[in-house]
Amino acid sequence: MQYITLDTETDFDGWRKAARSLVLHHVPPTDATWTVQGGEAELFAPPAPSPIFEVNDGTFNVSAKFVELAKAAILHRDGERFAILYRLLWRLKDNHDLIEVATDPDVAQVTAMARAVHRDEHKMHAFVRFREIGRERAAHYVAWFEPEHHIVELAAPFFAKRFADMPWSILTPDLCAHWDGHALSFTSGVSKNEAPGEDRLEETWRRYYASIFNPARLKVKAMQTEMPKKYWRNLPEASIIKPLIEDAERMTGAMIANAATDPHKPQKRPEAPMPRKLAADDLEALREEAAHCRACPLYKDATQTVFGEGPKDATIMLVGEQPGDKEDLAGHPFVGPAGQMLDRALQEAGVDRNKVYVTNAVKHFKFVPRGKIRLHQKPATPEIRACRQWYEREVSVIQPELIVAMGATAAQSVFGKITPIGKTRGRLIDLPDGRKALVTVHPSYLLRLPDPEAKVLEYQRFVEDLKIAAGLQKKAPRAA
Amino acid sequence: MDVQRKLEILADAAKYDASCASSGTEKRDSSDGKGMGSTAPGMGICHSYAPDGRCISLLKVLLTNACNYDCLYCVNRASSNVPRARFTIDEVVKLTLDFYRRNYIEGLFLSSGIIRSPDYTMEQVVSVARKLREEHHFRGYIHLKTIPEADDALIAEAGKYADRLSINIEMPEETSLQQYAPEKDVRAIRRTMGRLRLKLDEAEENRSTKTKARPQRFAPAGQSTQMIVGADTASDHTILHTSANLYGSYRLRRVYYSAFSPIPDASRALPLVQPPLLREHRLYQADWLMRFYGFDVAEIVDDSAMLPLDIDPKLAWALRHRDRFPLDVNRASREELLRVPGFGTKAVERIIATRRTTTIRLSDLARLHVPRNKALPFIVLSDHRPAPHRLDEARLIERFKPKATQLGFGF
Ligand code: SF4
Repeated sequence: MQYITLDTETDFDGWRKAARSLVLHHVPPTDATWTVQGGEAELFAPPAPSPIFEVNDGTFNVSAKFVELAKAAILHRDGERFAILYRLLWRLKDNHDLIEVATDPDVAQVTAMARAVHRDEHKMHAFVRFREIGRERAAHYVAWFEPEHHIVELAAPFFAKRFADMPWSILTPDLCAHWDGHALSFTSGVSKNEAPGEDRLEETWRRYYASIFNPARLKVKAMQTEMPKKYWRNLPEASIIKPLIEDAERMTGAMIANAATDPHKPQKRPEAPMPRKLAADDLEALREEAAHCRACPLYKDATQTVFGEGPKDATIMLVGEQPGDKEDLAGHPFVGPAGQMLDRALQEAGVDRNKVYVTNAVKHFKFVPRGKIRLHQKPATPEIRACRQWYEREVSVIQPELIVAMGATAAQSVFGKITPIGKTRGRLIDLPDGRKALVTVHPSYLLRLPDPEAKVLEYQRFVEDLKIAAGLQKKAPRAA
Repeated sequence: MDVQRKLEILADAAKYDASCASSGTEKRDSSDGKGMGSTAPGMGICHSYAPDGRCISLLKVLLTNACNYDCLYCVNRASSNVPRARFTIDEVVKLTLDFYRRNYIEGLFLSSGIIRSPDYTMEQVVSVARKLREEHHFRGYIHLKTIPEADDALIAEAGKYADRLSINIEMPEETSLQQYAPEKDVRAIRRTMGRLRLKLDEAEENRSTKTKARPQRFAPAGQSTQMIVGADTASDHTILHTSANLYGSYRLRRVYYSAFSPIPDASRALPLVQPPLLREHRLYQADWLMRFYGFDVAEIVDDSAMLPLDIDPKLAWALRHRDRFPLDVNRASREELLRVPGFGTKAVERIIATRRTTTIRLSDLARLHVPRNKALPFIVLSDHRPAPHRLDEARLIERFKPKATQLGFGF
């Protein structure tokens, strides 16, 4: 039998050194007994550690995951932990993958220990309550905490980083941690009566605790799972938990029984008029009216109506299909990637972007949510029809000479019927009202083309189409 | 009025807001010795729990509970007879710092009734955050409620100081908001959410492109919202549809569901009943299925329908799709495993890692932290196969219904 005595309850380095020697000397787990100096178990063990631990040659690999687990598990209060960890290490040396086998009893036990330690650490971060001693510049903050495991050294750096600008001490029965504003230090454990008894803010904190609690939603079990009673002793707010619970029913009853108040007279915003075929109007008034449109269901899930933009005296009106994700958020047409492509193409074609009115056939974004993104959906004919009134009224205000329909949805709106792009693309078409129409693709179609060569070609064609518009823009300068 | 009394009034006024989290932000601490506070990027810390089971992690208060609006579901509405109070900016700052120093809280969640104008109110809220950050170098968590339609510059400033911003959508349907809160404009709320998302996206792009100029910081813990459940007649399907839409549209970190509960001095226009807590719980479970398990709203609950109250939504889904089960735990894909009742994401990770090396047996379930009773009818293990027809039993569902239990509380 080999006897190993570790310096402290949390002596991971000592354990690691000894365990490595034991493995290298082929000492099976059943032949090793672990104790801690001054610990209870030591009374039953021979005082002198076995000499083989002086030997420290050779090394072997274990997974980082084991080291991480062992560092935590060694802080567990279970007296068997050193032996259990050694047993697992012994088995891991020939079978590295064992650490991934959650169903292995040793792995499961060590994992459970590590988890208990981390939970206790987390609870210490949460439930330490500092009490102020002295005031102002001389203030020192002292807390009393009773950890379940040997976690003081593990948990202390958190407080040092959080409360760097104030001197504090956390007293526990095992070990006390101190921060002087510069460095952490540890002293041996003390008893509770060395801790300060009260803080001037505790009454305020209790009042907050009582006020933030909603008596109509009593869920005592849920509270206790997260804040087990063993921690209550040292929480200033715990003293009022029982009275709060006892009073909850009465308070809820009182709320229900109390005379209710009559609401104010509803101050409804002026009802948005249902859009009808109205006379041509000023552009701003039109925009405002469209902001409240409910002529089809698309308004429901979208953020806002994305109305057309551009000068009122534009000779050219560009009609896209519908706003996309970015347009929907920003409330402006053609601000996304397709908009950037359009801007570039217009410039290359020689169209003055500032003199063009841009809009969409459908003014709300149609999509289906897929997790964190929205998948664009093609508007259906009833939606295109419902939305056409806005397009028509935009036309009657702007009075453009040329209307460029980009994509099938736009063409459908401009011509009032389903119009394939292929046959009509790239030439001027007379509209019944005397205006000209030009059909081309939508820039987002270009963005979606997978083949880079086709992309370049199609883009060129798009620019060519727009050049027809440029010619018209130059030919027919309108007086502003 | 002394600060303690104000705190009582203004915390009481804030308790109907379900959001409490202090999670998901950037990592910060004060080890440079200037100022105080830290945040953990992962899980936030709950410093206490109220007897309503809810976590207390932030000082959650209103700057004032005076409000111009008369939203029927709200305790602070103009026609309510509750006592009113208003904190000064310095009072909130001091309370936050004092509580923080004693490790009572992770930070501040500040909201406000709307007084004077949206811009004025927002400016007051932002002032508190500005003071905490710039004068006191407070590094703890700050969550600010955004006032819809507040000026863009104020929103940008709020995002500079706050970890999280939120605006409550309040009602699952536009029509109910119009009915209960005629002065609130759901379009304005959505527009503000949209603006927030554009700013969040921009900040994220800046971070990833690593430009030389220090990127403008904007609410690293993102935005969230709250919906009140049970005040109107919206179905669970409607509620979840709205949530899915909000998650997709505005990249919300969380939608909080708040069971409508009686308020002191309620409006005559609303029913006063015990809050539908179980329904709220089921909605959170369903929301979880959407966010972490890739479920679609349509899979979770049929059109215009309600979630079952007696069993959880995943189990309900599995019972509706018995043809997909039993599933061989040793072979099934991750996606399939995630759909087994009782299998959480962590359990699935453990299963996948374990089965690379060894076969999973019946006796292993406990070590994998899987509830046996729930999972067994749906899975095949090397030494377990549910009896044939087991899944067909019409009474299978009975097995899962909770035994009637008493809510116990022993001292
Ligand atoms: S898509 Fe057009 S018709 Fe439909 S709601 Fe929006 S603006 Fe009105």
